[in-house]
Amino acid sequence: MTLVLHRIDDRLIHGQVVVGWGQPLNIQFIVLVDDAVAASEWEQELYRMGVPPEMDVYFLNVGDAIAALPRYRDDSRNGILLTGDIETMRRLVDDGGIPNVNLGGIHHRAGRTQRLRYVFLNNDEEAALRDIATQGVSISAQDVPGARPIPLDDLLAGVAG
Amino acid sequence: MSDGQGPAENDKPTPRAIVAGHGDFANGLVSAVDLITGRGGQLIPVAVPGLCAEDIEALIRERMRESGVKVIFTDLQAGSCTMAARRILRGVDDALLIAGVNLPTLLDFVFADQMPVIDAARRSAERGRSAITVVGSAGGVKQA
Repeated sequence: MTLVLHRIDDRLIHGQVVVGWGQPLNIQFIVLVDDAVAASEWEQELYRMGVPPEMDVYFLNVGDAIAALPRYRDDSRNGILLTGDIETMRRLVDDGGIPNVNLGGIHHRAGRTQRLRYVFLNNDEEAALRDIATQGVSISAQDVPGARPIPLDDLLAGVAG
Repeated sequence: MSDGQGPAENDKPTPRAIVAGHGDFANGLVSAVDLITGRGGQLIPVAVPGLCAEDIEALIRERMRESGVKVIFTDLQAGSCTMAARRILRGVDDALLIAGVNLPTLLDFVFADQMPVIDAARRSAERGRSAITVVGSAGGVKQA
């Protein structure tokens, strides 16, 4: 199989990722791309404790991730590519090979406007998402598998409901 | 309170622990504890809808600061509240996190109010762990 989900979620590894998506997609590994986490053994241990023992987690900074992603795409197991912010995902998309992006959780922060219960965006983040979309990447918001995916255009047009 | 005859306002119990988790988990669990025992006031429910990881940590930290509690119960090992609690407890040696809490755990905890709170939390976790029971023969090993 391959990377079956490319998700932006500022909570990184948590229940929705490990259980909500992990079980129905039979996820066996997570590639967590975050420069700060990749530089901290303590942070890595924190997130590693949140996943079941049969699930591998690989912690990479953006530069290393760009080099390693072809290998993960060829992996025989199902995996999730996970970033905590839009900019990190944009940098990975720029290198190619990412067909779609799932907005799983971008929560409230000063300067952001609410788009969905779990998606808040500022102007720069909206522009970054539009930039990703212009590269042919399909973007939708969907926190859990059972939820209706909201296409980026609907999200930004405020017709997501 | 459970029956409208709970303790008077000036008898309001001192909070002893925070309960945090997904959705309405914390409110529901604390509500159930109060319904059964009238002792729900020992527990501070914390819900975190729409909050980022930093805000979850700040909220739990603030609830601990204002209440003085040293015990946190959370719902899921991989949950955001558990992650936040682990960050809060980093380098702290007088507080405790119990992840995977259930109703039997909290029922035992609220009745152990004569024990040191950390000891009570540790004991309640063991009681809660052993309180899960499977009833019925469906799917079990066939008897010869």
